[in-house]
Amino acid sequence: MSEVASPPQGRGRVFPFARRSRGGAALSATETALLLVPALIPIVGLSLLPLARGIYLGFTDAHAGFQVHAHWNGIANFRTLLHDHAFVNSFKIGLIWAVSVTVLQFALALCLALLLNTDLRGRWIARSLALVPWAMPPVIVGIMWKLVYQPQAGLLSQALWRTHLPGQNIDWLADFKWALPAIILVGVWTGMPQTTVALLAGLQGIAGELHEASAVDGATTWQRFRHITLPQLRPVILAITSIDFIWNFNSFGTVYVLTQGGPGTKTQLPALFAYDAAFKYGQFGYASALGDAMVVVIAVVLSFYLFTRVREAVSQ
Amino acid sequence: MITSRHPRLVRTGQYTALTLFVLFLALPLLWMLSTSFKGPRELVELHPALIPHAPTLANYREALHEHDLIHAALNSLKVSVVTALLTTLVGLPAAYVLARTRGLVPKAGLAWVLISQMFPTILIIIPLFLVLRDLHLTNSHTGLILVYLVWGLPFILWMLQSYIRSIPRDLEEAAAVDGARRIQIVVRVIAPLLAPGVVVTVLFAFISAWNEFFFALVLLQSPGLVTLPVKLAQFVGIEGIVRLGPLAAASLLATVPSLLFFSVMQRWLTSGLLSGAVKG
Repeated sequence: MSEVASPPQGRGRVFPFARRSRGGAALSATETALLLVPALIPIVGLSLLPLARGIYLGFTDAHAGFQVHAHWNGIANFRTLLHDHAFVNSFKIGLIWAVSVTVLQFALALCLALLLNTDLRGRWIARSLALVPWAMPPVIVGIMWKLVYQPQAGLLSQALWRTHLPGQNIDWLADFKWALPAIILVGVWTGMPQTTVALLAGLQGIAGELHEASAVDGATTWQRFRHITLPQLRPVILAITSIDFIWNFNSFGTVYVLTQGGPGTKTQLPALFAYDAAFKYGQFGYASALGDAMVVVIAVVLSFYLFTRVREAVSQ
Repeated sequence: MITSRHPRLVRTGQYTALTLFVLFLALPLLWMLSTSFKGPRELVELHPALIPHAPTLANYREALHEHDLIHAALNSLKVSVVTALLTTLVGLPAAYVLARTRGLVPKAGLAWVLISQMFPTILIIIPLFLVLRDLHLTNSHTGLILVYLVWGLPFILWMLQSYIRSIPRDLEEAAAVDGARRIQIVVRVIAPLLAPGVVVTVLFAFISAWNEFFFALVLLQSPGLVTLPVKLAQFVGIEGIVRLGPLAAASLLATVPSLLFFSVMQRWLTSGLLSGAVKG
C-alpha cells in the first residue's frame, strides 16, 4: 500500500527501463485464460454448442416430444422447404419486408440526421422523440400501432375521415392488400431512431473545414452532400444498413402482436413461420432447417450488398 | 452551414420536414396516451377525439389493480435485475482482455460478437430449449435468465470493452511502474474510471431483458411465471379490443423504466455504442 503512495518519480528513476517495457500492465497467458473463463463457459456451453446443434438439427427429422430422437436425413428438410408453398411465401414476405423497411428507414433517417445536424430551433424535440421507439418494448410498439390501425375508431381512420379522404372504413391489419404496407410502416417507425443516431454521429465526425473549403470553391449544397458528406459517411452507412437488414429479417415481437402473421399468411415473416413450425407443430428439425435457410439468405444478401458497395467505392 | 441562393425557402422547407418527422414520431404515442386517459364512454365513441373531453385516471387505477399485471411486472423485475447483474459480472473480465490484449483473442471475440448478431433466434432457441429441458429449467426463471445471459453477452462485451478502451493504458502502466499490484491497479485506478460505464451497461442489460418477448414466450408456460411483455400480448389476444383504456395505461406504465433510462443515458449510450464502431 505504501508503495502506491510513494512519489512516482523516485520509482521511475530506480527502474529506468520499467516504463518502457509494457510488462507492468500486460497480461500473462494464465491471467488471460482465467479472465476469459467466466464468459467462455456460457458462450461455449450455451451459445456455440447449441448453435452448432441447431444448425445440425436442420438436417434431421427431430420432433418435439419427451425424448428427441433426431435422425440424420440429409437435405430432405431443404427439399421439402423448396416445395413448401408456405415457406416460399414467408421468405418472399420476409425479403419484401426487410428490404423495404431497411431502405425506407435509411432514407428517412438520413434526412432526419441531416436536419438534426443543423442549427434549426426545436430540433431537440425530434431528438428526444427519436429515443421513444428505441426504448419501447416491441410488444408495446405492437399494441400502440394496433390502436392506430383500429378499424374506424383508430387514429388513421379518424384522420382520413376528418380530412374526407377515402379508406376510412379499411380494417388495415386484416386487409389482404394493406396489412403488409401497414406493418412496414411500423417497422420504419421502430428502427428509424437507431439509424438516425448512428448517422448523426457519423455526420458530426466529418470535419467542418472540408465543407467550408469546398463552399469557398463554389460548390453547391448538393455537390457538397454528394462529394463530401456521402463518401465520408460510407462506413457508417454500410454498417448500419447491414445491421438493420439482419434485425429486420429476423424480427418477431411487434408483428406477432400486430397480426400474428395474418390475414391468412400475408404478414407471416420467416421468424413467425419458424416459431409456428417449432412450437405450434413441434417440428424441431424442420424449423431448424428454416433457421439455416434464414442464415443463408442473410449471408447471400449481405455479401452481395457489401461486395457491390465496396467495388463502387474502389472504382470511384 | 447551409448556404443557398434562397435561404428563406430552404429554411421553410427544413422546418416543414422537421415538423413532419415530429408528427410521425409523436402521433402514435399521443394517441395511446390519449386513449389511456379516456373514460369508458369516450372509448366507444364512433369518432374519438385526440384530446379527451373528460380526462380520467380510472384506466391507470384499473391497470394497477389488475393482479395478473402486477405479478407479471414483478416477474419481469426479478428476471431483469438478475440478468443485468449476472451478465455484467460475467462480461467484465473478458471485456478487459478484449480491450487490453492484441492478437487472436480480441479478434476472435469481436468476430463472435458480430457473427452472433446474424443468427436467427429460432436456431438458438430450439437446442437451448432441449438443453434446458434436460436440466428441468424450461418454464423457470433460472432458465430464462440463462438464455438472456447468453443472448445479451455479445453486446454487453462490446459495450464494456469500448468503455475500458477509453481508459488510457498509461494510467495502468504508471501505477504498475510505481509498484502497484494488479489488484490494486484494478481497484484504485480502473474501477473508479469504469464505474459510469458499468452502470450504463447494467442498466442497458436490464432494459434489454425487461423488453424481451420471444424467449419468454417460448420458455415460460405457467401463467404465474410469465413476464410483462408476454402478459400484455396475451391481454391483447384475449380482451384487448374490449378494454382499450387499461391496456393503453398498462403499456405506458411498462414503458416508463426504459424511457427514463434512455432519456437520462442518451449521451452516454450513444458515445459508448459508437466509439468502437465509428472511430474504430
